[in-house]
Amino acid sequence: MEKYIFYILAFSMIAFAIAAVNSRKMMRSVIYLLFVLVGIAGIFFLIDYNFLAAIQLTVYGGGVIVLMIFSVLLVHHIELELSLAKTSKRIVAAIVSAIGIGVFLQIIYTYDFPVVENYKTTSTADIGEKLLSYGDGGFVLPFEVISMLLLAAMIGAIVIAKGKKT
Amino acid sequence: MDIRYIYLIPFIPLAVFLLLGLNYKRIKPSVSGYIGVFGLLVSTVLSYYTAYQYFFVHGKVNGIYKPIIDRHIWMNFTDTLSIDMGLYIDAISVMMLIVVSTISLMVHIYSRGYMKGDDGYTKFFAFLSLFTFSMFGLVLSTNLFQIYIFWELVGVSSFLLIGYYYTKPSAIAAAKKAFIVTRFADFGFLIGILIMGYYAGTFDFEMLNNPEGSAILNWASTSFMGLSVITWGLLLIFVGGAGKSAMMPFHIWLPDAMEGPTPVSALIHAATMVVAGVYLVARLFPMFYFVEEGFALSIVAYVGGISSLFAAVIAITQTDIKRVLAFSTMSQLGYMMMALGVSGYDGHEGVGYMASMFHLFTHAMFKALLFLGAGSVIHAVHSNYLKDMGGLRKYLPVTNITFLIAALAIAGIPPFAGFWSKDEILVAAFENNQLLYYIGVFVAGLTAFYMFRIYFGIFWGKEKQYDHPPHESAASMTVPLMILGALSVGVGFIPFSEFVTPDGKGFEAHLNYPLAAIAVAVGIMGIALAWVFYKKENNLANTYAKRFGVFYKWVYHKFYFDEIYLFITKKILFNGVAASVALFDKKVVDGTMNQIGNKTVFTSEKIKGIQSGKLQDYALAFVGGVVVLVMIFIYFRAE
Amino acid sequence: MIAGISIYEILTLTTLLFFIGVYGFITRKNLISILISVELIMNASVVNFVIINKYLYPDALQGVLFSIFIIAVAAAETALAIAIIISLYRQIGSVEVDETETMKY
Repeated sequence: MEKYIFYILAFSMIAFAIAAVNSRKMMRSVIYLLFVLVGIAGIFFLIDYNFLAAIQLTVYGGGVIVLMIFSVLLVHHIELELSLAKTSKRIVAAIVSAIGIGVFLQIIYTYDFPVVENYKTTSTADIGEKLLSYGDGGFVLPFEVISMLLLAAMIGAIVIAKGKKT
Repeated sequence: MDIRYIYLIPFIPLAVFLLLGLNYKRIKPSVSGYIGVFGLLVSTVLSYYTAYQYFFVHGKVNGIYKPIIDRHIWMNFTDTLSIDMGLYIDAISVMMLIVVSTISLMVHIYSRGYMKGDDGYTKFFAFLSLFTFSMFGLVLSTNLFQIYIFWELVGVSSFLLIGYYYTKPSAIAAAKKAFIVTRFADFGFLIGILIMGYYAGTFDFEMLNNPEGSAILNWASTSFMGLSVITWGLLLIFVGGAGKSAMMPFHIWLPDAMEGPTPVSALIHAATMVVAGVYLVARLFPMFYFVEEGFALSIVAYVGGISSLFAAVIAITQTDIKRVLAFSTMSQLGYMMMALGVSGYDGHEGVGYMASMFHLFTHAMFKALLFLGAGSVIHAVHSNYLKDMGGLRKYLPVTNITFLIAALAIAGIPPFAGFWSKDEILVAAFENNQLLYYIGVFVAGLTAFYMFRIYFGIFWGKEKQYDHPPHESAASMTVPLMILGALSVGVGFIPFSEFVTPDGKGFEAHLNYPLAAIAVAVGIMGIALAWVFYKKENNLANTYAKRFGVFYKWVYHKFYFDEIYLFITKKILFNGVAASVALFDKKVVDGTMNQIGNKTVFTSEKIKGIQSGKLQDYALAFVGGVVVLVMIFIYFRAE
Repeated sequence: MIAGISIYEILTLTTLLFFIGVYGFITRKNLISILISVELIMNASVVNFVIINKYLYPDALQGVLFSIFIIAVAAAETALAIAIIISLYRQIGSVEVDETETMKY
């Protein structure tokens, strides 16, 4: 059952991702991205990282996508057709990407991952403890740093977007 | 004896130079003249005090004059080879202190009158002070390197003062010529110094001159082209000395240097700087004498004798009175060199050395007097040329008398100073080298002749048309003339042989009456000849000039030395060597660089499109590069 | 773990997503589209972290925590990028990369 769900998710994600980078309408592009992000949240659910899936949905699906939609609405007409890059450039990019995919997959498939069979469920409490632990392997310092970073980004975003006082 | 107060002698003029040089727009000319004179007066008093202390109080140890030395090691190379700064007080350096300070003081006082109203009055005094400082430093040097430093400094101040009238093209050319010619000779000096440093192992005069020292005893250890390396070094050092002292092949700058103000000619190009070459040879005299049985010294003697004759012949034909005096200076310098060259070392043998220094001393006095007198004449008639002068004795009585005294002194008429020193030179030459003796006697006659030629030409003969009646110069100019006139009479009676000898032991000098009589007779003959030719305006001189024809023309053009030099430099060096080198430089060296530049620009024009400034192009290159690198690392890695 | 799905399939998926993002980053001419491509690349790597954590080291949590940080940084980055885009739009009236080439040679 999970197997089929994964395949459905995977194929739809790839399709939406391609659509997202190829669509000539800005708004649609953003919405296709939303589908991809939601698909990733689905994968997180499948591997039992519920908390991560929730973050994915709230931060990406809720925050980032909404920001993007707003910015699209601010700077574009919805019906505006985007211009495409030169065909030659697209072909070059596609070839580079295809070679990259080939190389990466080849490496992945020749490497023997020491997979551990498990069906552990990670609870939010575990993540929270680890995140705030200051013992060995604790993440409290990066946690604090990231909070500072978010604050700085927030202020920076306000300052930049506000522009000069007029 | 604490001799450190002697440091004040050079440093006071240096301080005056800095004071006047740095503030020359701010200090009024009236003040700056007094500053210069006063500073030098202090130096002069100190110099005389030093001389008194050295000769009569401290200098003599067990009957021998020993050098008193104060050294400060500056750069140390080995135990013996170091560059020092310091004081070297011995008989000749003290004597030079007297000469330099006396003449410089006279010239300073004289310049206050002569340069009055000149725009660069303060600057002139600053330069004079710089020169005086350098000259004091030169005579007080303890080693070859120190003397070289001051040697170049006097060269620079000479350059500055010759080119003092820098708006006059001929003055600029003369300054450049003097600088380049002496620089060229100094190149030889420098190589000589380096040879000394390498083969003799020391720069220090005391060590070099010690007759029992290793520098002199080991002269034969290395030889080059049949001569000892030390001899080569000495000859190269002599080349430097010849450049400064205007000896034969390097004399061409001295006549042109007369473009400078006349006090400068008196100070630098008659009395002090030009004798630096003589002083240098005298300073290294034990080396010259002992190394290779005095081979280098005999070269010095011949160069001196030939220069002396050569210059005296040219001096007869010149019409610019300052140039006559310049060639006369060259001739007398040749005399001094010749005297050094025929000198021995011990006891009475050293009469040539003594005579040379004596002549240097007396010559400084009367030649400075001649130049200052000529300056006074030029000041009065505003021309350098003999044809514009005549009958001036009524207008310039003081100048007339003092000039006559100086002329008699240089002609070697007793009891004037020149007689005593010239006599000693001729004695030394007679005892050692008859050929040089005859040259010397002949030159003495020529000297008397050309000197009285200009004397009669200036002060006697027919009066010329003057723009305004000439008048005697101000007291500031005549007082130095009178002082120097008195000195030109008096200094001949100094018993020089008691004080200045190569080995430091004094000896009794006696007049050699037959030789003295011959010299005086020749001098009087020269004067008489001049009397006949020039006392009254007549055509005798022109007739004889015509009779000599081609020879006269050659002499008048100074044997075409300048033209030969010009031919060598312009035609051969500039057109032949320099032009092809310039072509090579332009085509090959510059061409290569230009082509590299052009190709770089061309290539960058072609490839600058790659730097499109588009982030995505960079990203494409980045991703492609990552992929390629990954492929290389994965598939081609060395196992 | 997802029953019946090996790590290879999931890594294949993320690789594809990653290079689709790269392709988009290179070819799109609109700053917002580029931002979308960046989000794709970022998400592909987040999934990689999580998957490797889950399949290879189930007892550890580092991959998950890293993913959380990446998501946080990505959110901050997006906010800043949008701020810059809007500011740029005010300045030059466009968000096309072709119009923002003033630093070109």
